[in-house]
Amino acid sequence: MGIRPKSEPIRPKAEPIRYVAKNMRLDLRLIAEMIPAGAKVLDIGCGDGALIEHLTREKHADARGIEIDMDEATRAVAAGLAVIHGDADADLAHYPDGAFDYVVLSRTLQAVERPREVLRQMLRIGSHAIVSFPNFGHWQMRWRLLSTGRMPDTDTWNRPWYETPNIHPCTILDFVALCETDGYAVDGWLAVDERGLRAPWRRGLRLANLFGEQALFLLSRKT
Amino acid sequence: MDEVVPFLPDVAHQRAVFADGLLLDSGAMLAPLVVAYETYGTLDANRGNAVLVCHALTGDQYLAGRHPVTGRPGWWENIVGPGLPIDTDRFFVICANVLGGCMGSSGPREEMTDNEGNGIGRPWGTDFPSVTIRDMVRAQKRLVERLGITRLLAVVGGSMGGMQALQWAATFPESVFACAPIATAAHHSAQNIAFHEVGRAAIHADPDWCGGAYWREGRLPAQGLSVARMVAHITYLSESALTRKFGRRLQGAKAVTFLEDVFAVESYLRHQGSTFIRRFDANSYLTITRAMDYFDLAEDCGGDLSLAFRNTPTRFFVASFSSDWLFPTAESRAITRALNRAAARTSFIEIASDKGHDAFLLDEPEFHAALAGFLRGAADAAGA
Repeated sequence: MGIRPKSEPIRPKAEPIRYVAKNMRLDLRLIAEMIPAGAKVLDIGCGDGALIEHLTREKHADARGIEIDMDEATRAVAAGLAVIHGDADADLAHYPDGAFDYVVLSRTLQAVERPREVLRQMLRIGSHAIVSFPNFGHWQMRWRLLSTGRMPDTDTWNRPWYETPNIHPCTILDFVALCETDGYAVDGWLAVDERGLRAPWRRGLRLANLFGEQALFLLSRKT
Repeated sequence: MDEVVPFLPDVAHQRAVFADGLLLDSGAMLAPLVVAYETYGTLDANRGNAVLVCHALTGDQYLAGRHPVTGRPGWWENIVGPGLPIDTDRFFVICANVLGGCMGSSGPREEMTDNEGNGIGRPWGTDFPSVTIRDMVRAQKRLVERLGITRLLAVVGGSMGGMQALQWAATFPESVFACAPIATAAHHSAQNIAFHEVGRAAIHADPDWCGGAYWREGRLPAQGLSVARMVAHITYLSESALTRKFGRRLQGAKAVTFLEDVFAVESYLRHQGSTFIRRFDANSYLTITRAMDYFDLAEDCGGDLSLAFRNTPTRFFVASFSSDWLFPTAESRAITRALNRAAARTSFIEIASDKGHDAFLLDEPEFHAALAGFLRGAADAAGA
């Protein structure tokens, strides 16, 4: 797994591009901790299937995946995993209501064409959604923009504005507001640093929005 | 073709005979039913390691090793064998000649039977009843039962073989643990039916076809069958593969002379046509192309393909090739989405290849790795 090289091949214009800087192991471990044994799971943007493999082996989950990058999808299939080549924007609509217990979208929300619709689909086909995304409200982002007047260039947001696949960045507070508007219950959340370690701003969303590099949310439909 | 081209000599194929016959989709009763087949590897004590491979339009049961009729290597020799993706060290591999074929199974070239199932001393020819992909699958099911196998670990097939694999999973879901439809579609498209019709028209137009009774006249519709094969062969390749292999090269000349010039690609196609006629029966070609044209799996369930796989216990591996315009990726994606709608456990990849439809037969390491991984995963899950 590891971080994808910056010089990835240029894709045709029409094809959506997913977020590239994945530092997944710790991030995935936090997600895996949220999923009970035996669950039916769909991992959107599953890469080479590390989370699926882990959930299948350790938790006897029925875990499946969608991956937009053909090389990674092929590696996952060659490992015997139920992964399809596809993308969040186009393929979620083809799953039936309530097909999964958990639908996971790890560090991909900001790179999809229609994040709001993707969230809606996730909570249509799954009872729970686990969403992680890089927080654009982090103090470094605010400081870079304020002090230099240029788009921030950090470890997390490391691609220039004209070629970043991250077309829909948001802050933790933005995300919470969307969940409120669309009627999703926030059953849990974590703010973590870039290495996926838990950060100590457990109690306050506003502090998390300032100091958390990555956010991880567990959502469900409000009943 | 002026000289009479002899058909390759027949050999004794391994056959299973079912005296009670098979009731076909057309309503006709075919008795006895004969299924010619080959097996590779060893069936384990639990009879749980059987993999059925379904062949394409002009394929046959000889997957690997030397073909007893043509003397050439088996058509999937790079896939089926010890240590290969369909690993004969681990799996018991079965391949049957399709119903309507010409390598020993019941078909137009075999002796016609009367209502009591007795041979009447002449081939079926065009009197052989229409068959469907589902008829082919039912015939294979009889063979699999005869071999003592209740559940196949996997059914694998490309092109028309993929149609059979899909039909297997739809008709006998409890008998198929894993299903791998490759470079195929859930129905034959209008364009594909059109190409088939050109091939059939070429056979019909050949005076040596004799209205289908060429066997009586001791003739072969070589010209017609050869043209049918040439047209079909173009559809199996891609524009870029043809350009890469032949470009505008001339056969045995450096520049166009406007006399008897032959482009290399023409020479290649003629060769494909002339070798084909010695191993394939024209009436079989008519019967099998029709079966493919009839195929529409969604039609059997009111137009919604996902209903064909409702509550399926089968796991699927769908694969397509990027330059395949006969069974393009869109068809495989449609199958995948129907399987998703049915909440089936599904893998799907499109392999980047410039080799066209034929890529599923050729050296495609990524495809081979993915198929091998899928089968390994299925075998581990099934405890085979």
